[in-house]
Order: sequence, then structure tokens, then C-alpha cells
Amino acid sequence: MKRTPVLRALAVGVGLALLGACSSGGSSNEADPSTSASGGAKDVTITWWHNSNTDPGMSYYAKVAKDFEAANPGVTIKVSAMQHEDMLTKLDAAFQSDDAPDIYMERGGGELADHVEAGLTKDISESAKDVIDKIGGSVAGWQVDGKTYALPFSVGVVGFWYNKALFEQAGITETPTSWDDLYADIDKIKAAGIEPISVGAGDKWPAAHYWYQFALRECSQQVLTDAVKSLEFSDPCFIKAGEDLQKVIAAKPFNKGFLSTPAQTGPTSASGLLATGKVAMEMQGHWEPGVMQGLTEDKKGLGENTGWFSFPSVQGGQGDPAAQLGGGDAWAVSQKAPDQAVEFVKYLLSDEVQKGFAEQDMGLPTNSTASQYVSDPALAGLLKVRDAAPYVQLYFDTAFGSAVGGAMNDEIALMFAGKASPQDIVDATQQAADAEK
Amino acid sequence: MRLEILFFVAPALLVFLFFVVWPIIKAVQFSVYRWKGYGPLVDFVGLKNYASVLQNEVFTDAFMHNITIVVFSILIQLPLGLAIALLLNRKMWGQSALRTIIFVPYVLAEVIAGVVWFQLLQPQYGVIDTILSAIGLHGPEEGWLGTPDVALYTVIAVLTWKYLGLAVILFLAGLQGVPEELYEAASIDGATWWQVQRKITIPLLGPTIRTWAFLSMIGSLQLFDMVWILTGGGPANSTTTMATFLITEGTKRSNYGIASAASVILFVVALVMALLYQYFVLRRDSQDAPRNKRAKR
Repeated sequence: MKRTPVLRALAVGVGLALLGACSSGGSSNEADPSTSASGGAKDVTITWWHNSNTDPGMSYYAKVAKDFEAANPGVTIKVSAMQHEDMLTKLDAAFQSDDAPDIYMERGGGELADHVEAGLTKDISESAKDVIDKIGGSVAGWQVDGKTYALPFSVGVVGFWYNKALFEQAGITETPTSWDDLYADIDKIKAAGIEPISVGAGDKWPAAHYWYQFALRECSQQVLTDAVKSLEFSDPCFIKAGEDLQKVIAAKPFNKGFLSTPAQTGPTSASGLLATGKVAMEMQGHWEPGVMQGLTEDKKGLGENTGWFSFPSVQGGQGDPAAQLGGGDAWAVSQKAPDQAVEFVKYLLSDEVQKGFAEQDMGLPTNSTASQYVSDPALAGLLKVRDAAPYVQLYFDTAFGSAVGGAMNDEIALMFAGKASPQDIVDATQQAADAEK
Repeated sequence: MRLEILFFVAPALLVFLFFVVWPIIKAVQFSVYRWKGYGPLVDFVGLKNYASVLQNEVFTDAFMHNITIVVFSILIQLPLGLAIALLLNRKMWGQSALRTIIFVPYVLAEVIAGVVWFQLLQPQYGVIDTILSAIGLHGPEEGWLGTPDVALYTVIAVLTWKYLGLAVILFLAGLQGVPEELYEAASIDGATWWQVQRKITIPLLGPTIRTWAFLSMIGSLQLFDMVWILTGGGPANSTTTMATFLITEGTKRSNYGIASAASVILFVVALVMALLYQYFVLRRDSQDAPRNKRAKR
């Protein structure tokens, strides 16, 4: 346990060596844009972090990078494919040490606003204008004060992923459209001796998504847009969302030990339980099929048994039952990145790359020319729901930023443990929001 | 002579200043700002972060969890460690094998031990629940780590498994320092084994026990890694420690000011407890030196 002076000295030595390595790398990067702008063929290295760390996504992105390098001599793209949570941790550390990758994933909302305020993210409103126009409305989540800071390449919605075989086994023929239907189905699944729903409440956000979804069903669009802007949660619909969620928890549909279940790491995670046929369904984002593939030995996930339905409606809710909770990922370019990085991001949104992206079922393309190539029937169904939605509400924790979103998620997770009331969730969120003002 | 001292102390001192003193100063500085973790420090808030940490129920609960862990670690590991050390101090068959078995968990990396226990403790599919159900018993409904009322004690059980080896090895080392003649004298006087342990071994083991208890206390106050892996502080904040609280506030919520305030509070708590312990308990062990000096005068 004790660190000896020798070890410490060694650590300093290694630290200094690393610092030296970093700073030399940084300086060569900064020198590049000026020369390339004047048409020089000086070599440029672009660092790119993404979270498609399983095949086919990983090889596809490697190929995309190679193609761009071939078309742009002198440009080298250093690709780092990372597990999602790892990537987020490393990104935070990179921002703190002012060593961000040239191209990284940005989830929009409050997080992006913080990055922009701190001067970390490049304004690409002008340099990528043609692509922004093409993508259309989806870009809105990545704009701050009318300027665009990232290009969304996949926007999805959260709904229930289910195991068709297990639904059949429980005698369910049609997917539920209202919560009354879903409660009846939960009883049927339980009667068949199957655990109905897995939820990764250990990671908190998967649990929080239930409250978001109920808020979306209970609150009108106007109330929600106002709340995101003003950070005021006094409307009674937010309390109703909590009451709806309490009712779900009281019905005990969740997997054993859900309070400590992680979202997507390992076979006993919420996604792992669904992928291995241990539970009938899980509410998750559009990335679920990919995550499940990574969690099964045969890399197929649930395969043909993968089904999807959107969050059911609640009786008497003010929200549009077709509205969806969702969000997505966008490519952002860091402030210090060379100009070629913007070109590469534009290439990533091109018809050609988005077509391949869709064909590999890596997500839900935002370039409309690519929508038709989504071959996975479950994802294609999800895409239809997304396009038919009157609006897609960005995940609240993303929209509000990590401080408010974190406090909100914590309190919702407490409700799952039976330790918070609907009023507590609103109060905790309001308190965190007031601390930000 | 002075130069020599300087020469030998300087490297260690520099490293100490850079890796210990400097971070403490920075933490104090961050703790009076509202700061997201990047960009310049501009939003000075005075002691507001401290107030918000101390008023936060999660933090006060976390403090109580730390205290619970300190108390349970000492209450469980002291008698258990002592018993095992006394047992292993006797010549017996398989002695070295037993010593190794007891010491291995301590040598194992904390993260690896944590992940292994996390899997063992899984509800339904975990080894422990499987064994229990095979003999007709069953663990808590939501699992050992998923039930708020049980989770902290589960963590304490894993910590006991992990750190018992350290207590045993320290006590065994202390036992080697007990002079053989005392045992011989006792046996001539016809003392039983039990009397020998009570009247000779344990009193002479005092300094070792007190040092171990100090290490155990400081370790429990700063506990982070095992909790982080097993529960992440959950469920329902039932296993949060001061260290997991400050990590959550900092890295997960980007409230670096609040996280720094919590870290300063943790530092002060640990320092005060260490000084009090030093003053009231450990002083007895180092008393001899000053007394000798006085005698010389």
C-alpha cells in the first residue's frame, strides 16, 4: 500500500516522459492547418474516437477512414474504437487536460452547451453548411444560440426491445399499445414463469428513462420545451409521471436484483439478460441490437427473435402518444482540430457512408437518402416510428446537462428502491436546476 | 552534514510536494469555485460548496457508512485475526499452506477481487445464490448487492475477507517479538495455554494491534475501490462512502467544486481522527523515548 520514494520518482519520470510526448504531438498538430490551408501537402494526423467497438461497425469505420485517407493523400486518421462508458470517461479526462481528440461523439443538449461555453468545440455552421441543410431538423439538438457544433449521424428513439419467442411462449400475439395492455402482458409473462422486464437500475439512467417516458406521455410538448429552457418543473404533469412510474414498480415486473444490475456490461447486465433469453423485454435505446450482439457468444444477440414496440400510451395524458423519447450521436470537431477533420466529418454524413452505416445496422441514419437501406426489420420499424413522431424529446439528462440530469436520475433510481416519492423527484431536480441558475 | 541531509531528502521531498502537497492545495482552491472541470476558474462561491456538501443527506449518510465500516472492520477483524494468528503461531500440520490461503486475498488486486465477488453475489445466477438454493436456503429477494438494507453488510463481509490477511500477518509478525523466556517461565509456573495467551501474548501484542487498528481505520475512511466495483454506492445510496460521493459529484456530474469540497472534508476528517488516535492511543507506544530523556537530565 505504501508508495516508496523509488516508485514515486519512477512515476515522475514516466509522467514527465508522457508530458513530453503529448506536447510534441500537440505542437505538430497545430502547425498543420496553416500549411494545408495554403494547399501544401504536409501530412496531417486526425484523431477520431468512436464507440463502435464490435464488428461489423468497427471494421466498417476502419474502412471508411482508409477510403478517406486514399482520397486525401497526406491525411492520416488515427481511429480509436472504445466501449461506450470507457469513451465517456476518457473524453472527460481529455477535455480536462485540453487534449481532446479531433473528432469525437457529442450527445447534444446541456453537455454540448457546456463544451461550447468552455471553447472546446468548433463552430461548423459555415464550413459544413451544405450537410447541415441536408440533414434538416435533426440538427436542432446540436445547436447552441443558432450555431451548429456537430453533425448527428444517428438519431434513435427509446422503446421496448422484446424477445418474440418468449412473447409467443407467454401467449402474447400483439404488442401492447397502452399501459393497460402491457400490465396484462406482464401478468401473462409471469404466469409463463418468465421474468418480464430487465432494467439496469444500477447505472441509474436506464431506470430514469421510464420517468422521462411517462413525463413525455403526461406533459404537453409546450410544457416540456418550456421546462428544458426555463428549468422549471412546477407543472403537475411531472408529478403524474412519478405516480405512473410508482405503479409500474409496484407491479414488480423487473428482473431479480435490478437495483444493482448494470445496463450493458456482461451477461448478467440488463441487455445481457435480454440477449440470453432470461427476460422477455427491456426498454432501451436504438443501440440495443448492437449491444446484444456483443454480449452473446455467437455474436447474433437475439437474432430473428428481436422485436420492438414504442412506449405505450397512458390514459388521460396531455402528451402526444406518438411523441418519442430519443437522442443520438453526432460528430463534433474539437476547437484545435485541423480543417481536414471537418471535411472528414462531412464525409461521414455523405450518402455513401450513411448508406453503408445503414446497411450494417449500425444505427438510424440521419441522411434521408440512407433510410431505405436499414435492413434489420426491428430497426426499420423503429425508424418509421421516429419519422412519424411529431417531435423527439432529447433524453432529459442530456438536455439538462450532467449536474441537473445526474440529480434527477439519482432520485428516480431512489424511487425504484422505494425511497422517493413523485414529489421528491421534482424537488431534487428543481433544487439541482436552481443551483445552476 | 547538512548538505548530505539535503541531498538525500530533496528527491523525496520534491515528489512529496508535487504529488501530495500540491494536489491538496489545488483541491482547496477548486473547492471555493463553481467549476465544470474545464475552462478557467472564474465563478468564486466562497464556502457555499462546503455548505451544500454538509447539508447533503447523501454525504452525511456516506459519512455514517464510513464510520460503520471502521467500527465493523475492527470489531470483526480484531478477534478473528487474533484467533487465527494465535492458532497459526502453534506448530501444526499444514501451517504454511493455511497462512498462504489467508493472506492471498490481501495480495489479490482490489479490482479483480471486486469483480469476482460481484459475479459470485449475482442474484439467481451467482454461485452463492446457487449454493444456497441447493441446500434449501435463499438470499435476499433482490440479491445481496441489490437490497438496500443488506448491501452495506455484504460489502463489509467482502472487505473482511479481503483484509483479514493483513491483520493476521501483522499479528503473526508481532508474535515473533514476544520473548521465548516468558513462555518458558509461564509453563514452569504451570500456566495453561489459555492463560499464557491472555496474560502474556495479547498484552505484548498491544503495539502491533494498535498500529493495525490505525491502518484499518484510515483505510476504511478512504474506502473507494471495492464499493465502486461492487455497488457503485447504490442501491439507493445505501453503500455510498465519502470517496464514492466525491467521485460521483466530480466525474459523473462535473460538479468539481463540490467534489473538491467533499475531498477536503474527507481529508480533514481523516486527519483529525488520525491525530486523535495518535494522541490518545499510539502515544502509549512511543512514550518510552521521552521518559528516558527526562531520566538522563
